[in-house]
Formats: sequence, C-alpha cells, structure tokens
Amino acid sequence: MSILVIAEHDNTNLKGATLNTVAAAKEIGSDITLLVAGSNTASVISEAQQLNGITKILSCDNDLYKNSLAEELSNLVVSLASSFSYILAPATTFGKNLLPRISAKLDVQQISDIISVESEDTFKRPIYAGSCIATVKSNDAVKLITVRSTAFDPVANDNSDVPVESVDASTSANISEFVSEELAKSDRPELTSANIVISGGRGMQSGDNFHLLDSIADKLGAAVGASRAAVDAGFVPNDYQVGQTGKIVAPDLYIAVGISGAIQHLAGMKDSKVIVAINKDEDAPIFQVSDYGLVSDLFTALPELDSKL
Amino acid sequence: MKILVPLKRVVDYNVKVRPLPDNTNVDLNNVKMSVNPFCEIALEEAVRIKEAGNAEEVIAVTVGKSESQEQLRTALALGADRAILVETESLLEPLAIAKVISKVVEEENPDLIILGKQAIDGDNNQTGQMLGALLDYPQATNASEVMLDDSSVTVTREIDGGLQTLKLNKPAIVTTDLRLNEPRYASLPNIMKAKKKELTVKNVTELGVDVNPRTELLSVELPPSRDAGIIVESVDELVDKLKNEAKVIG
Repeated sequence: MSILVIAEHDNTNLKGATLNTVAAAKEIGSDITLLVAGSNTASVISEAQQLNGITKILSCDNDLYKNSLAEELSNLVVSLASSFSYILAPATTFGKNLLPRISAKLDVQQISDIISVESEDTFKRPIYAGSCIATVKSNDAVKLITVRSTAFDPVANDNSDVPVESVDASTSANISEFVSEELAKSDRPELTSANIVISGGRGMQSGDNFHLLDSIADKLGAAVGASRAAVDAGFVPNDYQVGQTGKIVAPDLYIAVGISGAIQHLAGMKDSKVIVAINKDEDAPIFQVSDYGLVSDLFTALPELDSKL
Repeated sequence: MKILVPLKRVVDYNVKVRPLPDNTNVDLNNVKMSVNPFCEIALEEAVRIKEAGNAEEVIAVTVGKSESQEQLRTALALGADRAILVETESLLEPLAIAKVISKVVEEENPDLIILGKQAIDGDNNQTGQMLGALLDYPQATNASEVMLDDSSVTVTREIDGGLQTLKLNKPAIVTTDLRLNEPRYASLPNIMKAKKKELTVKNVTELGVDVNPRTELLSVELPPSRDAGIIVESVDELVDKLKNEAKVIG
C-alpha cells in the first residue's frame, strides 16, 4: 500500500499542513512518498528530508510548478499515480484546489477533509458545517483524500536523511497563467498553526476596532481571526475567516469576541482546547461551547484584558 | 458569450441538521430546501456579466430530483434565461455530477462556467475542479473578482494568506467565494416572469454517463458534544482562570 503525499510549500518552506497530512498517511500505511513539485525547492527538500515517517521524496524542480497551478500539477501527479494506492493532500486552499482535478482524471471519487482514519478504506469526515460526522467507505481502487490538519498531530522532524529521487516534469497544459499574488504580511503566527487565536465578530462594529484585538494578540503571540459576519461586513479580509467556509483552527486557546456563535463559525473552532467567549448578550450561543464566558461589553473588557496581560 | 451556472438544491443554511435516529443518514424530513448560497453568488455573477453587456445568455443547470425545479425557478427569477434539470432519483456524488454537467457543457458550449466553491450539505468542494479536469478547461477556485476580455478571464482568488490572480484561457471554470458579490433577491414581477421561461427536463440516463456511487455512507453521527463551562464575573477572574486553571497563558 504505497501512499503519495503532495507537499504544500512556497518554494522556500514546507507548509505546516503537510506535516499533519503525513501524520494521517502514517495511520493508513508505512510506505509514504512525499512529492515536492516547485521551482528552486532545495530548501524545501532539505526540510522534508527530516520528516518522520516518510520513506522517499520525489522532487520535480521546474518553473512550471512554481505557482502550484492546478492545471499543471494535476498532470504531473496523474503521470506518477500508477505507483500509488493512496494520494493525500492537505485540506487547505492548495489541496482543495488541486486534488479534485487529479481525482476526476483518475476517475476516483475523492474523500474530502477527513478527520480520522477508521481502516484502510473507511474515514470520518464532517458534513453540514460539522453538524454531523459521516463515516464513509471508499470503493475506488485508488483513494484520493484531503486531510483536515487540525485532526492529526504533525509528524516530528527526526528523520536523518530521506532519499530524494528526481522526476520529470509533464507537458504543460498551457491553459492558465499566474499573474500576481498579494500575501498579507504579518509578524503574527498563521491562523491555522497558532497556539492562541483571538477572533472578532460583528460585535466589533468596525475594522478599526480590530486594533483592540491586535494589541492583545501581540501580547499573547496570538493570531487574529474573524467570523464570517465580520468578513461580510468588510471589517477584515476573507483570509481572517474562521468557520465552515473559511479556516479550520484548533488552538490551545481560542478567544471569541463579539461573536454570537453561529453553527458555521463553531464548525471552524470548536475543537480548540480552551474556548473563551466575550459577549454582552448572555444568551449568545457561543456561551454553550465556551469554557470561560465573560458577559461584558467588549469595548470595556478588551482594554481591561489588554492592561492585565 | 454564453455562461453556464450549475447549481445545487441543499438544506437551507439556517436549518440545524441532525442524524436520523438509526444513524443511517441525516434527517431531511420536512426541512426547508434552498439554492446553495455559493451557487447564488455564482448565478449573481453571471447575471451581472450579462447586465454589463458581456454575455448574451445565462443558463442554470442542476442535477437532482424533480423537486429541484423549484431552485431552477428561483434561478430564472434571479436572472437566468433558461434552465436545465437533469433528473435523477439518486443522490449523486460530485464526480458523477461533474460527469453529467460535462455532457451538458458539450451540448451547450458555454464560454464560462461559474459554480459555487462548495455545497453546504456535503462540504466537498470538488465539483468545479472535477469539471475542469473532465473538460480540460482551466479553473480558478474561490474567486473574489472576475474580469473578462475577449479570449481570457482574469480571476482573483482567495487563498490561505491572501489573494492570487490567475489568467485563464476561455472556456474556463470559476468557483465563487463569499466576497465575489452580494446576491439580489427575486422581485415579485421577476418571479412571475420566471414561470414562463424555458425549463428543460432530461433524465440522467439520456446522457450515458456512469453515475454509480463509488463510496458508501456507513453512518452519520452527532459530533462529540462540548459542555458549556462557567461564566466568569470579571476580566481579573478570566485572566486568573486562564493562567492558573487552564494554564494556557503565561
């Protein structure tokens, strides 16, 4: 049972979700190959060589894969697919964009966003914004799976020197091109990998008021998130969004400020270890899942919290 | 230019879905059904492109039970020119839906296909990308901006950490994210007009594609519940609990 894990990286560093995806692969089998496709990926490869649990790295270093275009990467993975019975990718925007394209080319019904491996062909995954958990059995000969990173602890960096094999690039699909990228620059940790997340909702009232969260986030080394309501209202960009259609987080501490607690938001954060809710409405559903609730106006509670940290 | 908008009938997003007592599936008895919210955004984008004079026709298509005609009528009221229902009694998986829609694409030859990034029932996020693969069309998922010119479409996508802009050759596939637009509501006159618009029904068997399921749903359960904790009286108490009880801050 050989498993291919598609690494997510930015040509310089491996993305954290790759480590969780390898962890899920280890629950399926032990013959795990990691594909690193990109451009000038030497530093990614040397990082990947340290990963616990992988037996081989396939490297395809070609400009064609520099920007992870799904049209190009899917052709490459399809060309390698015959050696593998499983192909896994993280359920990030990278993996969600890419893997279904490979699945359809291989005539496989992909299993998205798994949260557990029950057996070699059976997996659990959330449906309806996490209102229910489905147990799904795949009858396809090859399984294509995206992995919810918060459900699997990342593998460690304790391997000595995983062998690397180069593979040839595929012919270019040449139907799409990369134009530009605008990545938010922040000194704070990434939302999906932060140990502490502080999120604001509609109760924040404006984008400007998010500075109240920023200051606390800086003291705690936390990432800042938001509910869909706050994104819809234009307070913050979409990449802040935590929830069913945004990012899934499970930090040690999640602080929800001015967030009522719609099911779609809970879907993105309810696996956090400790949840704090600050809301002036004592009937807000967020208090039904919080470990510590503070019924208070956030505009008085946040400055006070800031001063006491 | 012709735009095809595949859309899905799903449980309304306000409904709290629960498993059936025997845990064989979710309980969909007597729940409100709607157009999947991301599909509404897709339709809105197509209608706006037409209103801006950049497309001649918007066609809505769905794959599902006869009742899905309700959602197609909604689409017609929101601005689609005509609609196609590919009828099937079974609940198809994303791969099968993509195969069915690829056949519709072969018949209709649209220049642009706009879909929701995911349906809020299965949360799979697959159909658009699979359709792209089956047709060998380029794709831009999670779109927050769509700009057209003669031979290509330039799309800004929401990705982890920011925005990415891609240029796709037409015909192309775009899947929508939340911020692409804010869908309109159907006006009463438009709802009346929609009743007279063309809605074609064909059976999935006419298209000759393999729609047999590849997966089995073994059970559906509630997620582990999370108990409510305590209400603290003050910020001081909160900080104390986080430091000394939960030990999550230093």
